Amino acid sequence: MTATDITHESIVERLSAQFPGKILSHDEPFGLLSLNVPREDVIDIIKWLKEDAAFQFIFLTDLCGVHFPEQSGQELGVIYHVHSLVHNIRLRLRTFFPANDPVVPTATTVFKGANWMERETFDFFGIRFTGHPDLRRILNVDDMDYHPLLKQYPLEDGTRTDKDDKYFGR
Amino acid sequence: MDTLQTTPPGLQEEKQYNTLNLGPTHPATHGIFQNVLQMDGEYIVSGEATIGYIHRAFEKLAEHRPFYQVTPITDRLNYCSSPINNIGWHLTVEKLLGVKTPKRVDYMRVIIMELARITDHLICNSVVGVDTGALTGFVYVFQQREHVYEIYEEICGSRLTTNIGRIGGFERDFDDKVMRKIRKFLDEFPKVWKEFEGLLSRNRIFMDRTIGVGGISVEDALSYGFTGPNLRAAGLDYDVRVMNPYSSYEDFDFIIPVGQSGDVYDRFCVRNEEIWQSLSIIEQAYAKLMAMPQGEYFAPVPEFYLPPKQDVYTKMEALIWHFKIVMGEVDIPKGEVYHAVEGGNGELGFYLISDGGRQPYRLHFRRPCFIYYQAFPEMIKGSMLSDAILTMSSMNVIAGELDA
Repeated sequence: MTATDITHESIVERLSAQFPGKILSHDEPFGLLSLNVPREDVIDIIKWLKEDAAFQFIFLTDLCGVHFPEQSGQELGVIYHVHSLVHNIRLRLRTFFPANDPVVPTATTVFKGANWMERETFDFFGIRFTGHPDLRRILNVDDMDYHPLLKQYPLEDGTRTDKDDKYFGR
Repeated sequence: MDTLQTTPPGLQEEKQYNTLNLGPTHPATHGIFQNVLQMDGEYIVSGEATIGYIHRAFEKLAEHRPFYQVTPITDRLNYCSSPINNIGWHLTVEKLLGVKTPKRVDYMRVIIMELARITDHLICNSVVGVDTGALTGFVYVFQQREHVYEIYEEICGSRLTTNIGRIGGFERDFDDKVMRKIRKFLDEFPKVWKEFEGLLSRNRIFMDRTIGVGGISVEDALSYGFTGPNLRAAGLDYDVRVMNPYSSYEDFDFIIPVGQSGDVYDRFCVRNEEIWQSLSIIEQAYAKLMAMPQGEYFAPVPEFYLPPKQDVYTKMEALIWHFKIVMGEVDIPKGEVYHAVEGGNGELGFYLISDGGRQPYRLHFRRPCFIYYQAFPEMIKGSMLSDAILTMSSMNVIAGELDA
């Protein structure tokens, strides 16, 4: 399969054949093929995409969390961007799961670079990556007791007493 | 390395290592980085990087700011080349809005982004010089950075954190004064940079100090998510400007320099060559701009492009648009967009989710040095402490971008 043969349709087709029923849906916002997959299979799919001789999605560009509180049962999500540097195709994988069970398998078994990206996602969204070698907070202080990018937390800490709003009308 | 291996295995178990706290504020690390190192004499047995000392919650802040107020946040990521961050963010928004910018805007942006790349690489390479003991080159080339900052100042009024440009273009055209300053820089800088290169690149002391230090294989570099000059020094020619051209980079001729071993010396050489390529790109863009009529410096998107100030004071329509944009009254289309630009130290990506509100629903910055800095403890394992300092400065880790 040469680069010109790889279309978005062929990626979806081969993935559906390899993982029947696991590609829940797909769309192409701004020309970037995005697949929704179940969390149990997301790492298998990423691993297969990386190792497949035709596709070679050998580069994990980005990994981040998202929070949609109004999507009941699917509140939290992890977004993976992988890139086939050989064929210059980018691919986005989304996986959503309930906020009361924020557990996803780790991608560090496939890409070493996922380590800090997953620590960052854990830090800000409280998503736990099973199998991660060192899942600790990374940017926030260690004794913080909440995950600040979740939508229920306001921008400013409401419990602060050191700010005098009297003159500046914050 | 040698002393570690020659120690008999029995003795090694009884050996006590020293714990060395390198940082958070250490004059040799050029920024707020903490590394807790286990030392065997002068050799590093293992290291652990602690980051987050200047974390400013940019992603949370961005969820509460209209698009224009996100631009100053991007300034403070990689502050050595903030125009690239600004323009990268504007390009992301333009992708979401479907704005097509005129060619003149693209070429103006290319000039600014390449000037920013030159200053970024200039700082990194001259700091590598400082860490090997050559302070002169650093002070010498900083005058040239000053000239670039004067160009920024002429264009947008600020120097380090530039907040340059607008969604759709620029706030004003490049006038003759700007073009004269760019011309002056293009004429003067090559001589200075040649001299700087002559001081270091074939200098025996510098070569002995940098070759084979802090190397990484291309497989490891890929697995760790390296991008930019660090990945290219390891031998893979991935450059966003070529792979996914933005801002009309496809109109320019340039080559992507690659190294072989990914060590400090290769990174130094790749950055040097990229500076020459950037200069060539600026020359081409300069010629293209000179052949163009002035005037078309923004795209026709009144909903997002802030109108000129004199129009705001005299024209009703401009006043209305100004008010709507500043107060965030303009609806943003829903969408999910990822856009990447080649930043000073790698692929700088913006992952933006818009729910149609006035501010981003979610904005994630793919910060290149956050991703590749995690390889640092592995890269310095077994090396000497002074080499670890050198490895860090040659990786171009910028604290602002690391901690976002």
